[in-house]
Formats: sequence, C-alpha cells, structure tokens
Amino acid sequence: MTILVALAGVAIFLIIQGIPALGADPSDLSGKPNLLAYTAPLVFGTLWAALIAILLATPLALGVALAVSHYAPKGLAVPLGYLVDLLAAVPSVIYGLWGIGFLGPRLVPVYEWLEQHLGWLPFFAGPASTTGRTILTAGIVLAIMILPIITAISREIFTQTPRLNEEAALALGATRWEMIRLSVLPYARSGIVSAVMLGLGRAMGETMAVAMVLSASGVVTFNLISSTNPSTIAANIALTFADATGLKVNALVATGLVLFVITFVVNFAARAIVARADRSVSR
Amino acid sequence: MKMPPNIGRAPRRILVPGITALALGLALSACGAANESSSSGKSDISLDGAGSSAQESAMDAWRSAFQKDNTNVTVNYDPSGSGAGVEKFNAGGIDFAASDSALSQDKGEIDAAKKRCGADAIEVPNYVSPIAVIYNVKGVKDLQLSAKTIALIFDGKITKWNDPAIAAENKGVKLPSTTISPVHRSDESGTTANFTDYLEQAGGWSHPADKVWPIQSGEGANGTSGMVAAVGQGDGSIGYADFSQAGDLSSAKIKVGSAYVAPSAEAAAKALETSPMEDGRPASDLAVKVDRKSTEAGAYPLLLASYLIACPTYDDSKTADTVKSFLSYIVSTAGQQAGADNAGSAPLPASLQQQAAKIVDTISSKG
Repeated sequence: MTILVALAGVAIFLIIQGIPALGADPSDLSGKPNLLAYTAPLVFGTLWAALIAILLATPLALGVALAVSHYAPKGLAVPLGYLVDLLAAVPSVIYGLWGIGFLGPRLVPVYEWLEQHLGWLPFFAGPASTTGRTILTAGIVLAIMILPIITAISREIFTQTPRLNEEAALALGATRWEMIRLSVLPYARSGIVSAVMLGLGRAMGETMAVAMVLSASGVVTFNLISSTNPSTIAANIALTFADATGLKVNALVATGLVLFVITFVVNFAARAIVARADRSVSR
Repeated sequence: MKMPPNIGRAPRRILVPGITALALGLALSACGAANESSSSGKSDISLDGAGSSAQESAMDAWRSAFQKDNTNVTVNYDPSGSGAGVEKFNAGGIDFAASDSALSQDKGEIDAAKKRCGADAIEVPNYVSPIAVIYNVKGVKDLQLSAKTIALIFDGKITKWNDPAIAAENKGVKLPSTTISPVHRSDESGTTANFTDYLEQAGGWSHPADKVWPIQSGEGANGTSGMVAAVGQGDGSIGYADFSQAGDLSSAKIKVGSAYVAPSAEAAAKALETSPMEDGRPASDLAVKVDRKSTEAGAYPLLLASYLIACPTYDDSKTADTVKSFLSYIVSTAGQQAGADNAGSAPLPASLQQQAAKIVDTISSKG
C-alpha cells in the first residue's frame, strides 16, 4: 500500500511538473525544436548504454553465478561470491572516477586498434576518442556496476534447484554441464530474467557514473568509440539541472517521466516473460 | 575452511569496544558542537545571496573576510547557477544575486528586477576572469592561435595539429600530425557562453553564443575540473577553462590586433577597461559590452565578466546597511585583491571600480 502511494506520488509529481514542458521553446531545450526532439536522443542513449551493459554483464554474471553455485570448490566459491557482492557496495561516484581516471585512458589503444581494423563496422567507425570517455567505456562501467545484482540473484536461484532433479540428471549419465542445462537452467529461467531486468533497471537509472564518464553531445549514433556520444536521461538531468530555471526544469522533469515510464515498461515486460516461462515449466 | 575458534573471535573482541568508543566519541563531539553554536550564536543579521558558480571561491573569500570584521553578520551564498540566482532575486527570495551574464532585456529580467526592487536594480561587475584556451599536444609549448583558427578547430573543420592554418601562425614550431580533439563543457556554463560569444564575434563562428555548447561534435566534459582532466588526459586535446583553474596545462596565446596575447589577469582587466558600456541601461546598471574584437595592445578579450545584482533600497535599514557594506567591500580595491589572491580573478580596472563603488554607495533603506 505504502509502495503504491509512493509510486503514485512520484508519477503525479512528474506529470504535473512535466506537462508545462510541452510548451517549451527551443531556448529551453538546448536548441531542439520541441520536447520530442529533445527527449528522443536521450531515450536512445539510455537504452543504448543499458543494452551494452546488459550484453556485457549477463554472460559474465551467469558464469560467475554458476561457478559459485555448481563448479568451484566451496573454499573458492564462498570468497568469490563475497567479492562479487562487494562490487555492489562501491559508490557510483567511485566508479565514475575509476572510469575517467583508470579505465578510459587504458582503453584508448584498444579503441584505436578497433578503428584501424574494424573501422568498416558502423560501431567502430571512429575517429577514436583520445580520452576513452566513450559510450562503450560507460557501458563497461555500468556492466561492472550491475554485475553483483545479476550474479547474486541468479546464484540464489541456481542453488535452489531441487537436489532430486540434479541427481536424476546425473544418474542418467549426464555430464555436469548437461545436468546444468537439463535441470538448473530451466528451473532458474524466470529468476534469471528478473535478475537481468533488475540489472537493466539499474543500468538505465544510473546517473553519476555515466555523467562523469560519458562525453555526451546529444546525438543519435551507434558509434561506440568516438568522443561524440548520445547522453542518457539520468545523466543529462544531473548535468543540466544545477543551472536550469523556468521551463527548462519542466523539460528535465518531463524526460524524467519518460525514464519512469520506460523502467515501468521494462518491468512489466519482465513480469510477462517470467509468467509465460512459469506456465511452460509447470505444463 | 573452518577457522580456529580463537582467531575467529579475536577481531570481535577488539571490534565491540572499538565501536562503543567511536559512538561515545561521536556523541561527545556532537554535544561540544551544540554547546559552541549556542554560546556564540549572536549573529543577528543574515544576508542571503545566490547565483554564479564561477564566483564561488571568490565569494567564499569575501564572505569570510567580511564576517571576520562584522561578527554579527552571516552571509549565505548558494552557488546554484546564474540563471537560478537571478530568478530567485527577482522573486524576492534573496537579498543579492551574482550572475555571469548581465540582466537580459529580451528575457525581461531587467523589468522583473525593477519590479522586485521598486526602482531600477543595481548591477555592477565584481568578478573578471580570463578564460584560457588550454591544450595538450606532446612537444608543443607556445601555441599561438587567432580567433578564426580557434573557431575552425572547435567547428571540426581543422582536424590535425599540423594543419597549414595552425602552422602559419606558429612559424618555427614543430607541430605533430596528431588528430585534434576539441573538448567542450557538457553542462551549462557561463564559461561556455563567453567562449562562444568570443568565437562568434571575433572568430566569425556561425553558431550563436549560448550557455550550452551549440554543436554536436567533439568531446564533452562535466564542469571545469572535468574539462581540465579531459584535456590533460587526451593527447591532442584542446579546451577552454577559467585561467585560474588551468593548472599545469599550457594556454594558447590569442591573436589581438597583430600581436599574440597570453591570458593574464592584467590583460583581461585591460580588455574590460577598453570595452564600451551596454546601451540603454539605467544609471545604476554597469553592464559592460565586452569588446571581443578588441585590437588594443596587451588586452585579452576572451574573458568572463560576472555581476552583482542588488536593490537600490531595502525595507529594513539593517539589511540595507549590511548589503551596502558587503557589496562595498567586494568592489573595493581590498576586496578585489582578496578575490584575485583566492580565486585568481582579475581585479576590476580602476575606472570601473570607482564607478561600481559609487553605485553601491547609493544603497539605502526606504523612507
């Protein structure tokens, strides 16, 4: 009940504060002709950065979770689990600093190599950034930030696989990997989906790390390695809010409303997938 | 993996008393702090100001010096941004504002301020800072650039450091073939507004001057510190920042007339001194129209001039007196020197300083 009230409160605030932005003129929207043109690149950037993060984090997180739950000896599995959980305890500002000061500069040669050898792909068209503050770097930082969430949830689900199912598979002559494919993964499918969706939510809403790492220009591009990148909604709010006045604030709140709606849609989509998966398992 | 029992327990034996001690210490120090503030709490006047974040460090210096001499006064300053400061001032929420751009006629700010004060508002320049064109090119130390070349670089038209246009201005300097990576501020800033104004007026840039970087290319960095870090990290980078914040980075000399001038407080003050006043302003408004195309020898026209905005009269005589003495201190030679020492700003040129002091001196209480 409290949650519903809080959610409704947030939604009402966003709608009331966001609506005046419909009448905002270009001077309030960084020169974009209307609210839609202002929001669209940000929505693209948000989804694009989150997608990169999810693509990088999911395989790694599932691998770590499986290693902890099924492969590694107990002596190694427990510390490894703790270590990954510890990643969640690092504040996002620290990730931002690390991304600017450590990761970015070290990725510059990688980006230059990608531009030279894979430049025919639109993703690596270049010109490569000289500071490494690209959307790919931001995506990697985001991936590390959401790794503990996905790992922790999938690990818990993997360990809850009924012992009998696993032993039945092994008794039928399955190898360990076949056992995991036959019993653990189907059982854990809905759990994995919710874990990934939680991670996705975090990646889309992450503000500080992206605001610090990303060199944003409000464009729409699939180029991963140039210094001209789309911004994300949350990072854009953080960067522009401090000096915003009048309708500009409303415009920012309106983008916030869009982010709110997107996270809602993502969550509902996750629910739907989980529900369908549950039905097919029980059938 | 089971630890021997005594090892497992040892940390706890240290931990528990440790936490207790820490908690006690915190509680005690909290008490101390509470006592202190109640015994010395005799400040009976407080001034509230808000606005420019560029002025923050200078404002800190002015506030602490002023409060040292006037122990019964507290001056609060919220560096929430120039636009927000003006908006709050015009709504009557604060006693004075500081803004990186003079009150705008087009946006109706002058009329709104007049309405709030009941008379033409006071606006005096109080903070002048040169903006340096900072760069990081291996092996290049003394770069000289004209406004036109800078505009082409930031426009993405000149992409290599050994471009003929740059080479022509830097005879005898060995320029590498590194790609130029222009860096701009990704947040809104008065520095961007003044830099783009310079590019537009002196460099023939096709984009309008704005607080937000107007073109969608190049690298974006958040805040002055982000800008300095981005230029410092990327070989071949070029950016712009408050001269006092440029740190170890090299600053380009810019072309003024036929000579090249390095950024400095004196050169910026000179450029301001030779600039005309903005037209159509009331007598209490000292808005300067910075002459970006100045050809004055030794002037550095790429600068940020920031203003103090206040009312000529206040209802309450105490507030009026305090605003007057605080603002008088800021525009006094001592105050300007304090700003220069603490924030690296340029002291106001003498003529402007005297005019500003005269205007601030007219602040009075109503009736």
